[in-house]
Amino acid sequence: MRIYLYCIALLAFGMQQVASAEVFEKTLANGLKVIVKEDHRAPVVVQQVWYKAGSMDEVTGKTGVAHALEHMMFKGTKRVPAGEFSRLIAAAGGRENAFTSDDYTAYFQQLEKSKLPLAMKLESDRMQNLDLSEKEFSKEIRVVMEERRMRTDDDPHALLQEKMMSVFYEEHPYRHPVIGWMNDLEHLTVNDVRDWYRKWYAPNNATLVIAGDVDHDAVFALAKRYYGPIGMRTVPPHRNYIEPPQVGIKRMVVKAPAELPLLVMGYHAPNVVDPLRDWQPYALEMLAGVLSGNDSARLNKDLVREQKIASDVSAGYDATSRGPAVFTLEATPSEGKTAADVEAALRREISNIVKDGVSKEELARVKAQVMAAEVYKLDSVFYQAMQIGQMESIGLGQQAIPLMLDKLEEVTAEQVKDVASMLLKDDNLTVAVLDPQPLSGKPRRQTGDSSHVR
Amino acid sequence: MSVKLSRFLGTALLCFATGAAFATPAIQHWQSASGAKVLFVEDHDIPMLDVAVSVPAGSRYDSKSGLASMTHEMLDLGAGGMDENAIAGGMADIGAELDGNIDQDMASVTLRTLSQEKERDKALDIMSRVLQHPTFSDEILSREKARVIAALKEDETKPESIASRAFYKAVFGKHPYALPISGDVAGVGAISDQDVKDFYRTHYNAARAVVAIMGDVTQKEAHEIADRLTGELPVSNEPLPMPAVDMQIKPVEERIPHPATQSHILIGAPGMSRTDPDYFTLYVGNYILGGGGFVSRLMNEVREKRGLAYSVYSYFFPLGQPGPFQIGLQTKKDQADEALALVRRTLDKFVAEGPTEDELKAAKQNIIGGFPLRIDSNRKILGYLSVIGFYDLPLSYLDDFTKRVNSVTVGEIKDAFARHIHPDAMATVIVGAPAK
Repeated sequence: MRIYLYCIALLAFGMQQVASAEVFEKTLANGLKVIVKEDHRAPVVVQQVWYKAGSMDEVTGKTGVAHALEHMMFKGTKRVPAGEFSRLIAAAGGRENAFTSDDYTAYFQQLEKSKLPLAMKLESDRMQNLDLSEKEFSKEIRVVMEERRMRTDDDPHALLQEKMMSVFYEEHPYRHPVIGWMNDLEHLTVNDVRDWYRKWYAPNNATLVIAGDVDHDAVFALAKRYYGPIGMRTVPPHRNYIEPPQVGIKRMVVKAPAELPLLVMGYHAPNVVDPLRDWQPYALEMLAGVLSGNDSARLNKDLVREQKIASDVSAGYDATSRGPAVFTLEATPSEGKTAADVEAALRREISNIVKDGVSKEELARVKAQVMAAEVYKLDSVFYQAMQIGQMESIGLGQQAIPLMLDKLEEVTAEQVKDVASMLLKDDNLTVAVLDPQPLSGKPRRQTGDSSHVR
Repeated sequence: MSVKLSRFLGTALLCFATGAAFATPAIQHWQSASGAKVLFVEDHDIPMLDVAVSVPAGSRYDSKSGLASMTHEMLDLGAGGMDENAIAGGMADIGAELDGNIDQDMASVTLRTLSQEKERDKALDIMSRVLQHPTFSDEILSREKARVIAALKEDETKPESIASRAFYKAVFGKHPYALPISGDVAGVGAISDQDVKDFYRTHYNAARAVVAIMGDVTQKEAHEIADRLTGELPVSNEPLPMPAVDMQIKPVEERIPHPATQSHILIGAPGMSRTDPDYFTLYVGNYILGGGGFVSRLMNEVREKRGLAYSVYSYFFPLGQPGPFQIGLQTKKDQADEALALVRRTLDKFVAEGPTEDELKAAKQNIIGGFPLRIDSNRKILGYLSVIGFYDLPLSYLDDFTKRVNSVTVGEIKDAFARHIHPDAMATVIVGAPAK
């Protein structure tokens, strides 16, 4: 599932006054952008390298290649054999990992601060010298398939999400899962990941984020030493997809072994493109907060606590992505209630907002949570680096962080009402229902059932 | 879309809250007038405050399965004259976060708030009601029981939940550690209003409470906070002592069918307690066997060399009494038996021969070199304060950590594993097992 939009709002709100003074940027001659966030509370450092290449840059038949390469990035270079990268970071007391999303791929290490040069040496080496062998690939692709089985094939909610996105989007590559379709994984070759590596892994398509107990000038010097010698390369332009307009409601059912139904309603929604002029994304973040920002927010209060129609409910929206966004509502019906019941209840909540808007108190509450989260964020150096890397990789830039925070603060109750009435319409909507199947193959006792969704 | 896939699923992390020696935080401690134990670290870098109040009220004390968890869940659903929406809304109004945790031993309520007087005072006011004057409304209990039962039925369809439940049962038999923390359908269904009130009165006891405070308040303020959060907790007798965990279990292999594409495999036995003299030795040894991320033996054999699984790990989960030692992995059904045999061989060899000197050296480099990462945030330090207080660990625990790790030898690991881990007497659970 997506990171909840609400969190995203928090992601988006970065460092106001004080903190922004401690962010330093420099671009090396080869195009690598280096950003340093100083934080001297503890003697630790995090290095993150973000590549502007994610699953949305893949083509039909090769889904999963971005993520497969992420796995292969640990399989050695000419100088550092397979497994050695992890051993060296471990021996330095470090923790490391990597992640791939639709929008980007990133690699990180967390270490005691004196170990930064080692991390830079290793990370800059695999930016240019990856040694991709058929032997390692043939093992690792099996690991990826196990990952897919575990995360998606055997997880009914993840399966619903995957299948829903493939219907929600018709052309945009967000319709494909990050991990890739199983059949594509079965056909991927080491040449495919090699091509991907050569195409996207260049300093001028990456952002280096360093955060922690460091001096920015010293970091810039180290970055120049380790990453500076890597040659700039021509990187193809990122294709911008425009999803064709939806022309009517879409409905779908996914059957999987489970006990409870789940209903997900997804509406097409804009992402932040122009941080200063946009208003809808900020209003949508506030709307999601008003609907499910805390346990007394509308959805939980009405559907779970008062009406007892749902046993769980939430709203979600992520304003910060390279491509178009989704506004989601989801609910698990209570025992004896159906997916149709929770859909009707969610629709009542939306029409209440379209008709009567939201109160000043509700909005103030969401804003208070956002502002407090800005302070709490300072407790995690890693998270601060994440926010910077993400904003750079989706093209908004880390300098938009305080700007977006201001814009969120400016959202009015009127805007929340307007955005709901403009976007939360049936022609913009996909409804997906999980139809739970018995594990044994025996028919399930009927209680009021979800399988007869229109 | 922001689906993120990581190369590795960190499973073992949560089980070892252990830390050690660079500049460690200065822990102040005292007993409040209520009898509660207080641990406090003063830090004014960020204008925020973290507080955790923990009591021995985990699932091991269940008289009906799920009672401890239900009591804990009900705390903030009405308290001290505030209804559930006033509590959640009141916290949200000031951007404060009220959370909770429960395991076999311990139930805790945690608060994160801005430290300015206005926010702090309101947040602590609500938290003090939640802890000390929960309403336990009958009507809300019925609603929550229905929700928990629905979630439990859902869990009963998930291979990882089925495996975990069967595993704890096989490892702990009649000991209460065998009980699932959130209970079972029959147990939760039978919980009455009176059960919850009685459980609260018996187990949310001032004299057995531990208050951890971390952040932007003075020592004087910390004293007031501890009093305010525990002064009106119930006073009760010591609960009856628990039966001992039977450390010698019979070897069992349970194969449970499931339509999933993968088999979920768990192997283990009772392991060690939080205060076991072999704690550090077993911790370091397990890092080498299956705790050390990408560089452990299990990871190397199962994933790196053969591509048989995405996640494979081992850990000790130390509790007040010996918690489980557990190995886990998931793999495509038709290779489950191959993977299982490989894991067994890897474990057998490790127990029989112990680690090499090089492996031990690498383990120490990681654990000691990475110590600063264990205490680099207020949240992590708060976690240590709670564990140190709850399990009566020495206050010098963090100061001694690297020293203790550094003194572990290959011989000690071999010896401690031989005494604690008996590969021929372990429980094995395979959910989604291939036909045999």
